[in-house]
Amino acid sequence: MGKSFREKLIPYTFVLPALILLALFSLIPIVIALVISFTGMDITGLGDLSQVKFIGFQNYTQLFKDPTFLQSIFNTGFYVIIGVPLVVILSLTVAILINSGQNRFFKFMRLIFYTPSITNTVAVAVVWTYMYNPSMGMINNFLGKLGISEIGWLTDPNVAKYALIILAVWKAIGLNMLIFLAALQGIPRSLYEAAELDGANWWQQTWYITLPSVRFSIFFVTVTTLIGWFQFFDEPFVMTKGGPLNSTNSVALFVYQNGFQNSNFGYAAAGSFIMFAAIIIATLIQFRLQKKQQGR
Amino acid sequence: MDTQGIHSASKTGKLTSGLILALWGFVTVLPFVWMFLTSFKTNIEISQMTQSFWPQHWTLDNYRNLFIDGNFGVYLKNTLIITAFTFIGMFLNAMAGYGFAKFHFKGRGVLFIAVLSTMMIPGQVTMIPVYLILYKMHLTNTLLGIILPSLVGAFAIFLFRQFMSNISDSIIEAARLDGAGEWYIFWHLIIPMSGPVLAVQGILTFIGGWNSFLWPLIIANDQKYYTLSVGLQLLQGQHTTDYGLQMAGSSFMVIPIIIIFLVFQKYILQGFSVQAEK
Repeated sequence: MGKSFREKLIPYTFVLPALILLALFSLIPIVIALVISFTGMDITGLGDLSQVKFIGFQNYTQLFKDPTFLQSIFNTGFYVIIGVPLVVILSLTVAILINSGQNRFFKFMRLIFYTPSITNTVAVAVVWTYMYNPSMGMINNFLGKLGISEIGWLTDPNVAKYALIILAVWKAIGLNMLIFLAALQGIPRSLYEAAELDGANWWQQTWYITLPSVRFSIFFVTVTTLIGWFQFFDEPFVMTKGGPLNSTNSVALFVYQNGFQNSNFGYAAAGSFIMFAAIIIATLIQFRLQKKQQGR
Repeated sequence: MDTQGIHSASKTGKLTSGLILALWGFVTVLPFVWMFLTSFKTNIEISQMTQSFWPQHWTLDNYRNLFIDGNFGVYLKNTLIITAFTFIGMFLNAMAGYGFAKFHFKGRGVLFIAVLSTMMIPGQVTMIPVYLILYKMHLTNTLLGIILPSLVGAFAIFLFRQFMSNISDSIIEAARLDGAGEWYIFWHLIIPMSGPVLAVQGILTFIGGWNSFLWPLIIANDQKYYTLSVGLQLLQGQHTTDYGLQMAGSSFMVIPIIIIFLVFQKYILQGFSVQAEK
């Protein structure tokens, strides 16, 4: 059956609007970002493109001499190393606990734990900033009753990172708990019944049946959480602006500050590409580890 | 569900998990409860050394101030406009999903992979070039500039495609034989059959639009284009110690979303298990 030219065009009219927007705001920008990362583009270059000069790798070499950038890399690494395992372990724990019962209470708990995930990060960051207030905040008030002296949650450079991690973990548990819960509900019950006949206790069943069965979900959650922590932005932006003493600054926030507060577009773009490279490498390592595990 | 699912522990095990969950769940919702109650307290009460949990004198002043000092009426209007436009984006996603699911055309595979690959691109990498593109299009500091970058999304296209692949071809063929045009088929046959996926996407679209922060922050220089989240962040900077006002602003953003979530939770959570299986 021969199709007319007009008929052949019809499928494209369905996909093109979305494709054009994705190309314009996702794919082409990657190329532009790469190009301007080799230029000294700033606010004058924005007005007059002929003023933009290619400066080779200068932005990149300068970045690795910039103490603020190095600090933000260290901080981001810290967020990833502490944050990823915490999110994975805690959301899996909540999922296992919720999966241990089927009545209304356990269904209700699913809602409770999911709620932080859908709420606005700025709004919850404002709420947590208030809770973290050294003298008026609820957390220090509570700790004070236990006899623990005031903690400068957002003002002490040694503590501020943990304060942001606690908030982000609180917010991340809900979504990942649902992913784990869906995986847990797919485990055939017969496996547990067989293990019970063999006399395996609850811990043994969890260790030898539950965990291996949800291995793919653990991998999936690890990768998505990892990517999320690499782009950690909203919480430090609203709560600390990267301070005190740059102790909470992340690479994503560094890119924003340099791009939109100092208008160093070229320099910021170079910083964002280093972050992109780190995400790709970390994801590839995860895939490698996953393959190795499956091979065993 | 009979053969799958619950790893039922003993009765005491169930009780222990229940207790842990209850305690942990209480801590999880505590920030919301505290936020909501504080928003009805006077600032004198908030600054007292020992604050009671319940407000001693309930007041709506904080909410009134949001709209008088805090410009929240304008922010709310902008947020609603942006959210309404993101629904156009949802239909663009649905169209693309249908196109990829039900048509065979040249370049389909490559284009679909291109769509999926955009999911891996971090926002921070595209943020600067997108700003430059919008600047050259004279769209910075406009509502359209805020709306365009996040209008369509690869994940939504992927989910629409997944759902629509399951619609049987024979129905579409029958409609074609009856002389229905392709667009008629899409709007009058495919869209009405896509209720479940539209419900999930509709709710997620609303939540996403309501919560939008990064693009409004970057594109809007003028307060008259601020959304609720950007406005709230500004309010926090301007009224650093006015916690009553801040908590009212946060409640104003959070409570509607929680209500929508509780009303539609069935669809959201169902949509989730469908996604997880695929």
